[in-house]
Amino acid sequence: MNNKIPVLEIKNLKASINEIEILKDLNLTINKGEIHAIMGPNGSGKSTFSKVIAGHPAYKVVSGEILFNGNSILDLNPEERSHLGIFLAFQYPIEIPGVSNEDFLRLAYNSKLKSQNIPEVDPIEFLTLINDKLKIIDMSASFLNRNVNEGFSGGEKKRNEILQMALLNPQLSILDETDSGLDIDALKVISKGINAYMSSEKAIVLITHYQRLLDYIKPDYIHVMQNGKIVKTGNAELAIELEKKGYEWLK
Amino acid sequence: MKCPKWAQLKFSEINYQDIIYYSAPVQNKKLNSLDEVDPELLKTFDKLGISLSEQKRLTNVAVDVVFDSISIATTFKAELAQQGVIFCSISEAVKEHPQLVKKYLGTVVPIGDNYFAALNSAVFTDGSFCYIPKGVKCPLELSTYFRINEQKAGQFERTLIIAEENSQVSYLEGCTAPQYKENQLHAAVVELIALENADIKYSTVQNWYSGNEQGQGGVYNFVTKRGLCIGDNSKISWTQVETGSAITWKYPSCTLIGKNSQGEFYSVALTNNYQQADTGSKMIHIGKNSRSRIISKGISAGNSKNSYRGLVNINNKAMGARNYSQCDSLLIGNLSNANTFPFINVQNSTAKLEHEASTSKIGEEQIFYFLQRGISIEKGIELMISGFCRDVFTELPLEFAEEADRLLSLKLEGSVG
Repeated sequence: MNNKIPVLEIKNLKASINEIEILKDLNLTINKGEIHAIMGPNGSGKSTFSKVIAGHPAYKVVSGEILFNGNSILDLNPEERSHLGIFLAFQYPIEIPGVSNEDFLRLAYNSKLKSQNIPEVDPIEFLTLINDKLKIIDMSASFLNRNVNEGFSGGEKKRNEILQMALLNPQLSILDETDSGLDIDALKVISKGINAYMSSEKAIVLITHYQRLLDYIKPDYIHVMQNGKIVKTGNAELAIELEKKGYEWLK
Repeated sequence: MKCPKWAQLKFSEINYQDIIYYSAPVQNKKLNSLDEVDPELLKTFDKLGISLSEQKRLTNVAVDVVFDSISIATTFKAELAQQGVIFCSISEAVKEHPQLVKKYLGTVVPIGDNYFAALNSAVFTDGSFCYIPKGVKCPLELSTYFRINEQKAGQFERTLIIAEENSQVSYLEGCTAPQYKENQLHAAVVELIALENADIKYSTVQNWYSGNEQGQGGVYNFVTKRGLCIGDNSKISWTQVETGSAITWKYPSCTLIGKNSQGEFYSVALTNNYQQADTGSKMIHIGKNSRSRIISKGISAGNSKNSYRGLVNINNKAMGARNYSQCDSLLIGNLSNANTFPFINVQNSTAKLEHEASTSKIGEEQIFYFLQRGISIEKGIELMISGFCRDVFTELPLEFAEEADRLLSLKLEGSVG
């Protein structure tokens, strides 16, 4: 692709949690219109990577830089990063008892509008809007009346993440093992949702363990993360090779 | 008598010689409208989160304001009198309606009932009085605002509400106090009497000063509230939102004597910093087919202690009695404490009881989930708290439900994150 415009640039990033360094000199550039897959063994720092980008307060950036559209986001709180267009689909979406999915989604949507000085939408307008999005991931409207993720099956939780992504329409989406625990039909629905969201202005990071997701969503690059850094980068072929050989041979 | 020690509360001995037992604001004339009240006094109410706003005054709420030991204003008296409803300070009621006061005062909470009720009975000077005659559905929401203003004053007000046969009333009390380093004592007694088919709904939004972040100062709130469902098919419903006070010791109760009588208790108790609350309800079933319902929501943040303590007592005469109790606790942070002490005493095999309890926690990961979706901490907590409290807030009179919601968010500001 010509005229590559970076969305996310990570330079020499070191990050720790509870004084333990997890990310050790991570470098990665993601341009507009690109889909990157990050693979790697358990404990290699993939989830930490996603949380650090989103600004989770438990993780500390020791050194390095994270640029989003050319501007450093290190001093921004998670809420501001979200408003800029950084979205994280959680590996384990948390349950929020007593809060309806509809209220949660509307509040998230309106918070974003508010940050852009756009008038907020009322509940009726919102309902029309969200109903369109529900179709994308094959969910019924009853989904909205349930409490956020409470009593959801594993697949429903993941769909809910994709619904939120479709609604907030972020520029950068990091999907942390969104494919884990899904049956093949659910995987297809979710992939459809992700592909519908993607455009030449956006970028996606897929964190995954499995090649099968990549059958539905074609990544431009595949990175292998090990011990807090990217040790190998390749194209879609690499995933197939990893599926066969595992990660040991890279060491 | 001795100060009861069974509650899950820690406080140093109260020096009763040190308390001022009567204190009156300088303004002495009794007023009929809040417009005549010193605007400075009204401003103080506003600042403490309880507004006596124009809007509220115009939307069918009659207000009685009690400052320290005396009642300073009662609104809408004439309008209420047209229906035969008496709503005035208790000192006025003693003068104007002695036969009613004599007949009912002390019948629900006898003077020797407990340590703090005895103290109140000995020293009370004012409070609110309300009488709803037969067959009258009180056209206005009645409401009393209490305020302790004097630094060393204790407040010992007394409330008496009598609902005659087939009558109905909804009553709300609000409480505020300014911030002092010393502790103030509030020992009130509330008595409700519901005759045949009468319906009393009593709501409280309690926002006494709760002490500072280190736990200094604040009001000691030792209150005895009890309702007597004496008539058949009578109903008493308590709703409380307890957010203030350094210590809350309070168990609004119902004695269900009449056949098919009903008692309800809906409570949200929020504690933050070093606040301590030991609160709950007693439902004493005596009448046949009497029913009761207890919904208690405790929220503890900071270093606070929040306990639910309740008693459901079903007498051998209470054939077919029913009770449903639900006690939920929500913890915020890692240093707060929640306890539940439900007591159940059943002497009747035809009774049915249910008890449910749950404990949950607002954790860092939930907060992060909100933040990642662009929702601020305050909004996120507000949403979770109002979801947690929904069952109780729907019981509050409409114009106060929103106030309660806001009050809780305000109280929790800065307690997470």
